[in-house]
Amino acid sequence: MHKINNNKPHWIIGFKDTDSKKIPVVSTKLSTKDILSGWIVRWRFYRMNYKIKEGLYCIGEADNNSPVFVTANYKLTFDRLRKELHGINAWILVLDTKGVNVWCAAGKGTFGTIELTKRIRETNLEKIVKHKNIIVPQLGATGVSAHIVKKLTGFKVTYGPVEAKDIKVFLKNNFVKTDEMRIINFKLKDRLAVTPTEIVMLIPATIIILAVSVILNFIKYRIFGPALFTDFIPFIGALFIGSVIVPALLPILPFRSFALKGAAIGLIWAVLISLIDFNYIKLIFNIMLLTPLISFIALNYTGNSTFTSLTGVKIEVKIATPIFILSILLGSILKILNSFNII
Amino acid sequence: MKLKYLKNVASIKVDTEKCIGCGICFDVCPHDVFKIENKKALITDKDACMECGACKMNCPVDAISVNSGVGCAAAVYGSFFTKSEACCGPKDSSNDKCCC
Repeated sequence: MHKINNNKPHWIIGFKDTDSKKIPVVSTKLSTKDILSGWIVRWRFYRMNYKIKEGLYCIGEADNNSPVFVTANYKLTFDRLRKELHGINAWILVLDTKGVNVWCAAGKGTFGTIELTKRIRETNLEKIVKHKNIIVPQLGATGVSAHIVKKLTGFKVTYGPVEAKDIKVFLKNNFVKTDEMRIINFKLKDRLAVTPTEIVMLIPATIIILAVSVILNFIKYRIFGPALFTDFIPFIGALFIGSVIVPALLPILPFRSFALKGAAIGLIWAVLISLIDFNYIKLIFNIMLLTPLISFIALNYTGNSTFTSLTGVKIEVKIATPIFILSILLGSILKILNSFNII
Repeated sequence: MKLKYLKNVASIKVDTEKCIGCGICFDVCPHDVFKIENKKALITDKDACMECGACKMNCPVDAISVNSGVGCAAAVYGSFFTKSEACCGPKDSSNDKCCC
């Protein structure tokens, strides 16, 4: 162990001497600072630049027999892994994924065969451990070709569990995954994991809608009265339904298509909100504006889901987009005419 | 409950002639699309396939074909405007690849 120097991250608790160099030893306990900054990252506009330096790290008293876990340099990912390795002696090989999590980076190839091969060589991994095994998270398989890594470096890739929380059982199981460890879930907490960021990203749209509502309302009633809310609430409600209720209710909403799931709940919202101070014109423009709006937000949620295919999304986009445009165009005309008291 | 996307659209195929039944596709698939039977990989749940491409990347004999990519509408819209491959999320300034 060496003296602590000031510009190293707080989660490095020392250094381990090996033949070739000093390797940072990492804490397996998350500090309040780790947890707090993790939360802040989730509420930020873009979850960018929350990254750590790539390379090799040591957990516990790792030696040349200890297992090697490969991960991404997104700090939230790294934190989750080191927390699960508490009480284990292991190495962590961090790839430079530009601060992106394993699965997303694997989809882009930044968590991939080339980067993995490069890191194995740069860290002299073959001198650090005497075995020839590395454990790559299963979701990294989208970017990594195990047989090519073996050919290039001699290291055999074992695909570990999808979730870091299963690592201890996986190790006890002699590096064999159970069926549950292989399959990705999309439970309520997973579905809402990105909701904070989505909400933050809706702030500009909300301000625009508020401004437009104020203007249209003033044109119609010549005052800034309480009627404003009957204009404003339908849209803010639609944004909320699209970005929070749709993900929350995803499994029980009818249809497999995300656009149709959104349209179904959008139609219900449009009808319900029109019941306040009901008239037919309002019902029609609410349906024509709110249904495609919620449907569009739902369709965009495909990017956060864990089970939608590119082929399927392309089909949805192709069919839904012209309908969205037409419906919103006609709905807007109706609403504007209605604001000017023409219809 | 297993969530499934559109019926019968996934582009995944296995060339049974080439397949050696090593089982890596079964191991990497996050949606349990494959089964290994009589030393051959079989697609048993095509609608569950999200075209992530992990199986194709890891098949040592190139027996799997799939149009892999991100199943993300924002990415599809983005590719329509930029005429490039579908990619989602904001672009990282240090790198012209995008990420989700």
